[in-house]
Amino acid sequence: MRLTQGTFSFLPDLTDEQILAQIEYCLEQGWAVSIEYTDDPHPRNTYWEMFGNPMFDLKDAAGALREIQECRATYPQHYIKVNAFDATRGVESLRLSFIVGRPSEEPGFGLTREEGPGRVQRYSLRSYATQRPEGWRY
Amino acid sequence: MSTDPRSNDSSVETGAVPSGTERPAARSGAERYRAGVLKYAEMGYWDSDYEPKETDILALFRITPQEGVDPAEAAAAVAGESSTATWTVVWTDRLTACERYRAKAYRIEPVPGTPGQYFAYIAYDLDLFEPGSIANLTASIIGNVFGFKPLKALRLEDMRLPAAYVKTFAGPPTGIVVERERLDKFGRPLLGATVKPKLGLSGKNYGRVVYEALKGGLDFTKDDENINSQPFMHWRDRFLYCMEAVNRAQAATGEVKGHYLNVTAATLEDMYERAEFAKELGSVIVMIDLVIGYTAIQSMSNWARRNDMILHLHRAGHSTYTRQKSHGVSFRVLAKWMRLAGVDHLHAGTVVGKLEGDPNTVGGFYDVLREPHNAMNLQRGLFFEQDWAGLGKVMPVASGGIHAGQMHQLLGYLGEDTVLQFGGGTIGHPMGIAAGATANRVALEAMVLARNEGRDIWREGPDILAAAARHCTPLRAALDTWGDVTFDYASTDTPDFVPTPTEAA
Repeated sequence: MRLTQGTFSFLPDLTDEQILAQIEYCLEQGWAVSIEYTDDPHPRNTYWEMFGNPMFDLKDAAGALREIQECRATYPQHYIKVNAFDATRGVESLRLSFIVGRPSEEPGFGLTREEGPGRVQRYSLRSYATQRPEGWRY
Repeated sequence: MSTDPRSNDSSVETGAVPSGTERPAARSGAERYRAGVLKYAEMGYWDSDYEPKETDILALFRITPQEGVDPAEAAAAVAGESSTATWTVVWTDRLTACERYRAKAYRIEPVPGTPGQYFAYIAYDLDLFEPGSIANLTASIIGNVFGFKPLKALRLEDMRLPAAYVKTFAGPPTGIVVERERLDKFGRPLLGATVKPKLGLSGKNYGRVVYEALKGGLDFTKDDENINSQPFMHWRDRFLYCMEAVNRAQAATGEVKGHYLNVTAATLEDMYERAEFAKELGSVIVMIDLVIGYTAIQSMSNWARRNDMILHLHRAGHSTYTRQKSHGVSFRVLAKWMRLAGVDHLHAGTVVGKLEGDPNTVGGFYDVLREPHNAMNLQRGLFFEQDWAGLGKVMPVASGGIHAGQMHQLLGYLGEDTVLQFGGGTIGHPMGIAAGATANRVALEAMVLARNEGRDIWREGPDILAAAARHCTPLRAALDTWGDVTFDYASTDTPDFVPTPTEAA
């Protein structure tokens, strides 16, 4: 399967040039860019690991791209995403979040069920990758 | 301001009226309260010198007086009948701080280019209203005046809700920011589709449409406004099959997905029962229709807040009173009421689709729903500045006759914080429902990517879509099927103020 979280997952993987253009857009808007990675892509795994702090004072998008490349080199088989944070009042949240690195094999998720009363099913989603311990998953 | 009922009489008496017409001034003392009938202006409901207080609720009405009725008297009548007045003098007014409780029409002006119509500004004291109750607000403002004989027609165009009043409402139970964080979806409009045909499918077949559409790339699917619990599909059956589909699609994509389970029912008790079942099944969102009424909407909002549920409101029935310009209630006012009442999603027009929508007027609705503060903007139909005082934002929903080929226009007109609902544009795709969903998602992501890259999507939109279709056959098929479909009809609800080009000197 292909994990389709993030703003651009239905497009072919972005080239570094395309990634750079998006980061430039974010910096023009005054947003802070950050990089996160994980080997547990469950849709409700909110806290991916931070690859350093958000780059609040970054002026040049190339600096962020270098960080992405370093993260890819360190975690070649993890999911990696770029977030852009907007601190404006009334937002104070992410404005853009897109995947820039993924493992070569994406095993996807299994759905387990538990029968409840009145035909109710209790569903639980589990990433096949998390059947192995953290750090050994991909 | 003094609460002494006599204190303002002198200023009312000398209050200037718009030039050109003789108009009776407000009376005072024994003369004012002699039994009999007075004009509303004489009773004190017209005061051209009145300076609205920061805490006043302001309303702008479009009034069309009957032949021979003085517009200011008509405005005073609206002020009177929407606050304290009745048709005759009553001495019991003198047992109250009646000067304060009288709404005051304080300004009238002719509607540009529309003879016989006037904009009337009316101010209401905050204490006329129960805190946190849309039912009470509307019972006053639109409760009694719309059938008033001296008026041919009456339309409530806009309201200014003071921060002191806004703060008595909890607002949207989730709000745009938290909804995006819960769904983990940022940087693009959300995508939805209403299951079609809207009536007649069995639960099992209905859930199939939900599964295919969500798996193919939509974020949400939706019950239509009139799908409740009919002979062909009991509500419990629908909920069970839809949640099976939602969970399967989440496993297939790794994304959070939702189906707006419509809990609209005959009684509030039935709605609570259905909403509780939706919660038990793990749904992230439930849906209600506008026709359930303001009180039921506020009750369901409280329920949604207590249960971490996104609340979708379908504006079923609104066009009966929002569409015609001369009579009724503007949708911008309804949007303001619904932001106070507390819903997370509200259908607000598409501009380009099959349903009514002038670009500026619809833009004004979107501003009302999702900006922290609205500046006055006559071109967008916003007659007052409005501070939302920290109230959450409502996600506007664009639904009705839209397709992937319009993606550049939709993103350009409506922006990022919106749900684009492609019902027929997903389910009617020649390669199937999942392919239809994929086409919409690819078109959307390609357009956002291009816009962020600084490309001019208004001009280059069709090229951007064509380029994206080269790596996506479903998008190619969608553009071939619907690329040329447009709905070009004149809008009825259009702004009264348009910039006129000034001739060079």
